[in-house]
Amino acid sequence: MSTVALQPGDTLDGFVIGPVLHAGSMARIFSVHYAEGARDPGFPMVMKVPRMIPGDGAEHIIGFETEHRLLPLLTGPHVPRFVACGDLAVHPYLVLELVPGRTYQQLLDETPRLALDQAVSLGIALARACHSLHRQNVVHQDLKPANVVWRDGGIAVLLDFGLSHHAELPDLLAEETRQPIGTHAYMAPEQVLGIRGDSRSDLFAIGVMLYEMLTGELPFGDPKTAGGLRQRLWMDPVPPRRLRPDIPAWLQEVVLRLLEPQAEHRYPSAKHLVFDLENPGQVAVTARGQRLRGTPWHRHLRRWLRAAGLQYQPSTMPSRQIDEVPIVLLALPHDDVSDGTLYSLRQATARSLGARPGARLACVTVTPPIGPDDTDTPRRLLEQLRRWAEPLDLSQHQVSFHVLESGDVAGAIVRYAKRNTVSIIVMGAATHGLKFQPVVPTIPVKVAMRAPCTVLLVKEDLPVLAGVEPDDD
Amino acid sequence: MRLGLLSDIHANPLALQACLARARELGATQLALLGDLVGYGPDPAAVVDQIRALQAAGAWVLRGNHDTLAAAPPAEPRTTDEAGARWTHDQLDASQRDYLAALPLQLIRPPCFLVHASADAPAAWRYVNNPLVAADSLAHAVREEGVCYVLGGHVHLQALYYQGRGSTLMLFEPVPGKAIPVPQHRRWLATVGSVGQPRDGNRAAAFAMLDTQAAQITFHRVPYDVGAMVALARRKGLPQEAVQRLERAR
Repeated sequence: MSTVALQPGDTLDGFVIGPVLHAGSMARIFSVHYAEGARDPGFPMVMKVPRMIPGDGAEHIIGFETEHRLLPLLTGPHVPRFVACGDLAVHPYLVLELVPGRTYQQLLDETPRLALDQAVSLGIALARACHSLHRQNVVHQDLKPANVVWRDGGIAVLLDFGLSHHAELPDLLAEETRQPIGTHAYMAPEQVLGIRGDSRSDLFAIGVMLYEMLTGELPFGDPKTAGGLRQRLWMDPVPPRRLRPDIPAWLQEVVLRLLEPQAEHRYPSAKHLVFDLENPGQVAVTARGQRLRGTPWHRHLRRWLRAAGLQYQPSTMPSRQIDEVPIVLLALPHDDVSDGTLYSLRQATARSLGARPGARLACVTVTPPIGPDDTDTPRRLLEQLRRWAEPLDLSQHQVSFHVLESGDVAGAIVRYAKRNTVSIIVMGAATHGLKFQPVVPTIPVKVAMRAPCTVLLVKEDLPVLAGVEPDDD
Repeated sequence: MRLGLLSDIHANPLALQACLARARELGATQLALLGDLVGYGPDPAAVVDQIRALQAAGAWVLRGNHDTLAAAPPAEPRTTDEAGARWTHDQLDASQRDYLAALPLQLIRPPCFLVHASADAPAAWRYVNNPLVAADSLAHAVREEGVCYVLGGHVHLQALYYQGRGSTLMLFEPVPGKAIPVPQHRRWLATVGSVGQPRDGNRAAAFAMLDTQAAQITFHRVPYDVGAMVALARRKGLPQEAVQRLERAR
C-alpha cells in the first residue's frame, strides 16, 4: 500500500490511521494510535505523510527527507517527541507526538494585535525554544507563527523541520547557486542571499513574529518578487511605536535589534534575547528604541547601494556561538568580604566573559527581604555592585545590576540563573552570605548542586610564605 | 553489514592496531583496507603481515599508489616518494612484495564500490579532493548494479560528498563520532582519512564505519602512541620530513 492512498481505518506498520487532522499542500496529518494498546507511549500521536505528486518541487521532497533525518536526533521539551518513521523509499511517514495547544498563528487569527505582556510572554517562550534547538546545533530556518505551538502549560514547541539545518549533517538543501528557501515574510536577509546554517537567522524570524504580534503587521510585508525580498537587506521597517504608541521603547529596541539586516548586529544568541525580554529595565535603549518616524529616503538609498555588494560573515556552529558569548552571573556578597576576594571574583568574571564581544554580565547580590520604607538599602547595594564592576573592561559587553530579596540566598541565585538562561555562575567559595548563613559553605555547595549550568567557585589567592608548605586542609 | 574502512596505513602498525581495536569495539562485521598499506612510515613489514592475516580472516584489501611503487621501485629514484619506496622495498621480503603487487585496485561489493583513489581511473591516482573529481568518481562507480557508496582514501582527509539541491556535488566535513544518515536512494562518496599519517593537524588516527543496514556512516578519530612511532622512525633513519609529518600531522 502506498502512503499516498492512506485512508482513515487503514493500518500501517502497526499504526491504526485515525481521522485527518490537517490536509495541506505539503503533507497530510492523521491522528494515529498503535494497533496493540500495550505499545501506547502515553501521549497522543500523529502521522505526517508527505504529498508526493508528480511535478512537486525537489525542495518539498528533500524537505520531508530532511525532517525525517533530523527529528529522531532532536531532544527536549521544545520539539514534538519522535515515535517512528517509515522507510523513505517504501512508506514515507513520520509518527510524532501530537502537541496539545494552539499555534501562534491561531492566536494571531483570533487577536491580530496581542496585549503587550502576552506578546512578550510568547516571545520569551519562543526564544527559549529556539535556544534549546540551537544548542543541538540545529537552525530552524522556517520559524513562523504556524510553526510554533503554545503548549498547554506555557512553553513553545517548534514544528516542521523540513528546511532546518543541522551543522553536523550534510545539508541536503544546500546548493552552489544559493537560492533563497524559506517563508518570504519571515526570512532573514542572509537567507535571501541563500546562506543557511546561521542561528541568528532564526532570531530575525522571531523579530518578525514579535513585530507582527505587537502591531498586527509584517515589517517587510509578504513580498512575491526577488526584488521585494531583497528590500530587507537595506530597508528599516516602520518603527513599531509609530503603529502602536503604547509599545515601550525598550520593547521596540529589542524588536528592531532582532530585525537588523546584518546578523552580527542582532543578538549573538537566543538566550541574550530571553534575558532582555525578562529584564526590561536592563535593556539599554538607543535611538533605535525611541524612534517614532521611518528612516529618511536618502539614508535608505545609501544603504541600498551598500547592500548591492553586501559581504556576509557566517557564524560559527550554533552551539559554539552560544558558548563564545555567555551570560555570566556574578553573585557578589555584600558584607564581610575582603578586597582580595573581590579582586579574585573580578579576575574570574573577566575570564568567564571571554574575548568575543557581546557577552553579558549580570551582577547579583541577595539580601533578606527589605521593608517597603527602606529605599536606602537597595540603592546602597546597587551602588556597591556598580563600584565592584568599575575596574572591569565592559566596553564590548553588556552589564546589568540586580538586588534580589530572599532569605534563601542559594535558592534565589539558582532561580535567577534558570529564568535568565545563565551560562555560568561566578561566586565566592567560602565568603558568600557570611553574615546571614551560619553554616558558611552551604550556599556555594547548594548552588553548585542545583544550578542549571557551570558554577565557578572563586577563592582568594593567599600569599604563601617562602619555605612553608601550605596545609592541605 | 558494519564495515570498518581503513585507508592509508602507511607502515604505521600502532595506528593500525588502535583503529582495528576501535572498529571491533564498534561491532565491525567486515573490514576493508583501502590501500597505501606502506610508504612514509617506519614499519612496512609489520603492517603487511598484519593485513595479510586480516585478509586471510576475510578482510577486503586494495592496492594504493605507494604499494605499487614499493613493490617495484625505479632503479634510479628521482623523487623523495621514489626514494622512500626504495627504502620500503628493501624492508620487505619477496613474498611481502609479491603480496602487495597482486592486490586489486578496486573491489565492487554492492552497495559499496571500494577504490583507493578515484573510481573513474583507479590507476591514475587522482586526488578526490574537490566536488568535480568526486563527481567523476561517483558517476563511474554507480554504473555498477546496486552501488550507492564510493569509499576511498588517498587524500588523507575525512570528507563526504553528496548531491544537494543543485546539480554539482557538495562537500561535507564530518564531525568525528557523529553518525550521518546516508540513505541508499542517494549516492555518497566518502574519503575516510588516513590511519597512519593524518594531515589535518590532528595526530589521532582516522577511519570510518559504514553500517549498510542502518544506512549510516560515522567518521572516527583514535588516539594512539604517536611518540613511539616517531621514535621508531628516527631509529630506522627515516628522512626528517617523514618524521615531522608523523609528529605534526601536517
